[in-house]
Amino acid sequence: MALTGLFLSFFLIIHLAGNLQLLLPADEAQLQYNSYSRLLGGNIFVKLVAYVLYASIILHTIDAIYLGIKSKRANGASYSRDKRGRASKWYARNMMALGIIIFVFLVIHFKDFWYSYKFGELPLDINGNKDLYTLVVVAFQELWYVILYVIAIVALGYHLLHGVFSAHRTLGLYHPLYSKIIKVLGIIFAVVMTFGYILIPVYIYLTHEL
Amino acid sequence: MKIHLKIWRQKDRQTKGAFKDYTLEDVSKDMSFLEMLDTLNIKLIKSGERPVEFDHDCREGICGQCGVMINGIAHGPLKHTTTCQLHMRSFEDGDTIYVEPFKAAAFPIVRDLKVNRSSLDHIIASGGYVSVDTGQAPEANSIPVTHEQAEAAFDAAACIGCGACVASCKNSSAALFTSAKISQLAQLPQGDKETSKRVVKMVYQMEEEGFGHCSFTEACQVECPEDISVLNIARMNYEYNKARLLKK
Ligand code: HEM
Ligand code: SF4
Ligand code: FES
Repeated sequence: MALTGLFLSFFLIIHLAGNLQLLLPADEAQLQYNSYSRLLGGNIFVKLVAYVLYASIILHTIDAIYLGIKSKRANGASYSRDKRGRASKWYARNMMALGIIIFVFLVIHFKDFWYSYKFGELPLDINGNKDLYTLVVVAFQELWYVILYVIAIVALGYHLLHGVFSAHRTLGLYHPLYSKIIKVLGIIFAVVMTFGYILIPVYIYLTHEL
Repeated sequence: MKIHLKIWRQKDRQTKGAFKDYTLEDVSKDMSFLEMLDTLNIKLIKSGERPVEFDHDCREGICGQCGVMINGIAHGPLKHTTTCQLHMRSFEDGDTIYVEPFKAAAFPIVRDLKVNRSSLDHIIASGGYVSVDTGQAPEANSIPVTHEQAEAAFDAAACIGCGACVASCKNSSAALFTSAKISQLAQLPQGDKETSKRVVKMVYQMEEEGFGHCSFTEACQVECPEDISVLNIARMNYEYNKARLLKK
């Protein structure tokens, strides 16, 4: 859980860095983003990382289901009056619900962009690269689609807010000072990822008029 | 003060339980929560009813026997307090108080508010000790232990085994309880020798007993009467991962 979660978190950084290219001025962004996408597709190292990524998503999800079942079994009967929530954060208790939102989002995200790019027929740009840029920009013209992204990313943000720090504890970081530092870094990471990822669809929605 | 009680009554594990309503007219603010229940039981015995069964022993916050869910919180509204050390001044005149047993698959109900917490004993029995024949008490300074080390080990040793951590956990995990013992012994030269053997055995036993996993919501430390630190759980994970990776 911790290892796959942290790998996914690490991937988020690279994925964000790549996608921020979408925010360049339109003509430049189109050519640069499309050739960047093609470069990624052709690189053997990137392919390896991609396989680790697919495996991580699957393993993380399987592990989540396993732990969910285990927890349900261990709980036995539920309380008739339950105020235990006062002692912990809501997002820490609802990692599964947040994870499900992320999972649903990932299915849509993969289908619309990843599948279309890898297996679909896309028009080419003037350099002869598949025009993923236009696909993305057109998708983000729809308000409901942008809202869907924002909801999913906020869910991801809360998932990370608890997840990054929790993963370090799972791995065994017990030093009082360092675990405090990790907690703060985890919060900064979650906030930066949330706003970074929200920026892309919102910026494209607001600036591009087709 | 007047107190309305909704108390979980359940004859045995097989029978279905339910809340039953009771009202006590003159409860003193200075009564402990258990004394309040004693008052109720005297009333019930006088009227020929079966008294409410609950666990208790020392009534001074050190044995870990008492422990029920009070208004949905383990050991009641005060943080870091056992049920026996909770007093009626924490409630208002006319309050309705819900009292339920701890619930977890590894804590089968015995009767009313009493649950069987032997599963915690089994975890300790699986490795929570130092397996040397101590013989005569040795010269105290023959094994140097610094003051800080002794204090840190003692902080973990303060666990009274009440099970509130399990009851407060959304996964019914016994990680705080188990890690307290592992951490205590790992911080002392006599105990540390067996850490890797101990941690594997105790974690295995914790799973065997049907406790859940730890997902670090940290609710356990908040409700723990001894304020046992969740960092002990991280240390248990560290010792466990190390023992597993370096297995010969
Ligand atoms: C596929 C959908 C996902 C589901 C169903 C899911 C579910 C979960 C659950 C239930 C936990 C808590 C584990 C526990 O209680 O011990 C968790 C932890 C975690 N998740 Fe996810 N998650 C998903 C996606 C993601 C993504 C996309 C990321 C990061 C980008 C992520 C990062 C993490 C991290 C870092 C942890 C902490 C691991 C630990 O405490 O050991 N998750 N996830
Ligand atoms: S860790 Fe705290 S809550 Fe858990 S059994 Fe020990 S004293 Fe009770
Ligand atoms: S009765 Fe001993 S701790 Fe409460």
